[in-house]
Amino acid sequence: MTSLTNAFTITRRTAIIGAAFPALVAPMPTLANDLALEREQVELVAPPLVHPHEQATKQKPKIVAFRMETQEKEIVIDDEGTKLQAMTFNGSIPGPMMVVHEGDYLELTLVNPATNSTPHNIDFHAATGALGGGTLTLINPGEQVVLRWKATRPGVFVYHCAPGGLMTPWHVVSGMSGAVMVLPRDGLKEGNGKSLHYDRIYYIGENDFYVPRDEKGKFKSYGSPGEAYADTAEVMRTLTPTHVVFNGRAGALTGKAALTANVGETVLIVHSQANRDSRPHLIGGHGDYVWETGKFSNRPETDLETWFIRGGSAGAALYTFRQPGIYAYLTHNLIEAVQLGATAHFKVEGKWDDDLMMQVKSPGPIAAMSK
Amino acid sequence: MLFLKLKLPAAAALAAPIAYSVAMLAAPSAKLIEPEMIALQAGEVIYPPAGDFTRAGKSINAPLKTVHFARGLQIMKHQVTQAEYWKCVEDRGCPAAVLAGPASVDQPMVGVSWRDAEAYAVWYSGKAGKRYRLPTDEEWAFAAGRRFRDEGWPEVYNSDPAQRWLARYDSEFADEPIDKTPRAVGSFGANENGLLDIAGNVWEWTDTCFIRIGMRDSGEETVKTTNCGVRVVEGRHRTYVTDFIRDARSGGCAVGKPPANLGFRLVRDSGW
Repeated sequence: MTSLTNAFTITRRTAIIGAAFPALVAPMPTLANDLALEREQVELVAPPLVHPHEQATKQKPKIVAFRMETQEKEIVIDDEGTKLQAMTFNGSIPGPMMVVHEGDYLELTLVNPATNSTPHNIDFHAATGALGGGTLTLINPGEQVVLRWKATRPGVFVYHCAPGGLMTPWHVVSGMSGAVMVLPRDGLKEGNGKSLHYDRIYYIGENDFYVPRDEKGKFKSYGSPGEAYADTAEVMRTLTPTHVVFNGRAGALTGKAALTANVGETVLIVHSQANRDSRPHLIGGHGDYVWETGKFSNRPETDLETWFIRGGSAGAALYTFRQPGIYAYLTHNLIEAVQLGATAHFKVEGKWDDDLMMQVKSPGPIAAMSK
Repeated sequence: MLFLKLKLPAAAALAAPIAYSVAMLAAPSAKLIEPEMIALQAGEVIYPPAGDFTRAGKSINAPLKTVHFARGLQIMKHQVTQAEYWKCVEDRGCPAAVLAGPASVDQPMVGVSWRDAEAYAVWYSGKAGKRYRLPTDEEWAFAAGRRFRDEGWPEVYNSDPAQRWLARYDSEFADEPIDKTPRAVGSFGANENGLLDIAGNVWEWTDTCFIRIGMRDSGEETVKTTNCGVRVVEGRHRTYVTDFIRDARSGGCAVGKPPANLGFRLVRDSGW
């Protein structure tokens, strides 16, 4: 109840919080726990990792239960120390990936701790009805809610916060998005029906950030999301992000945090963008099988050089590494990749294959053309 | 003062920028203040020369080279500051590089290309009546002393180029990440020679051109190409930057770690 008292303090953020109250007046349907199904509680892990899961399952459909806390916190989003008043699912950007199988029921306990300043909710693109669950999950600081939905469509799907009106884009570009993966019960398949497997899975969430600048052109910082809102909304309206990054920060998946694999291993890369288009590309590699629109009932495309992630969707690319070395995984709008931050690295160990590539002659002076 | 510098390098490092700023503020703008120089005694440095070396077509570490400095070396104690560089701009000797605010007397000049640095050296030499120039890479290595970073990577897997790329990547990211915002002169302390801020977060241009050396298995040099459009840049690690680039952070390749900032310091030729 403290949070409600706080909410009436006269600050700029009162307006923001106040705007969400009418929705709370509507009575919430009570969720009956009437399914006689097995129940599994799964601990979420922070991206780029994904919680352990079966790729194909012989189990009967079950209830897969997750718990997520919304967390508002200041984070640093680049090496220059630029700060963002972030809003997050479970403290990470993107929020953790939840994996279930087609026919399972996903049950989420969403918690909005009393220390937060605004209401939050969750819209699952994979779910059916109630604005993806958004209408049934709007909670104030100090509240929690439980939502259950049936996973009817296999694929990777975005989830994001959607408190309504101008709050929705603002919460999303402040970090509140993640992904759900609904696997076919018999696993992934190529176009001719042959099963596909992965040795590793990485979840890359791409974000566009809009950080206001002061009159000298330096990025500004703020004491709370509410204080950052008005200036941020102005920058958002330009549709020109100041940062385009993977996993919440320029360089988040490079250096010691670079993604790793070995030659011969197959990696599933899930890429989500909740707000804006992107074009992932693996320099020196390919997409062996790519579900560009992210939905596993469609045949995967093969041998892609670059694939397209529509804003508001997730896609999945399967690749078996064939050469060791350092790979860059980036958005092939190279300006965004290099100047705005959307670059990750793969460190791949193994043995070099001269048959696939070799430097026949090392660099030297230009030789005379033989006639 | 000399006694202090020799006996208490740390204290000198802290005191120097403050003393320097007072001098700058007190001086009329027309008067040229000569930067504090460090005179290195005669000596030698054993180091891997800059460039790309191959033996029988495979990348190798540069063969170590011993360089003698019979007459020692005179080199600026600190990197050229914003205020120093700005005098050159006002005098139309240097192109105006981007400055976020007013030229500061205690901040290093960053965001300069090799061409900007070269213009400054020419302009400054004319004003001072002495020859100042960018150091060569071997002079920089000599002055940097223990802060010079030997960039040798494992050669065990010479037939497998990827092993060197992986080793290089790990080595570049071995240090804790450093804040890229330039700091006041002296913030990164002095090395054993008394030079301030060597291998801090401002990389320094050298005059050395990028070279490729090809060798036979015997070690005999067969190919040498020189490209002076790319110069050696020294700092926390050595790298090569095209001479018109002012911000290397967004330059270079998709992998690897570029210099946080580009600045410079000059050496003074004694026989001029």
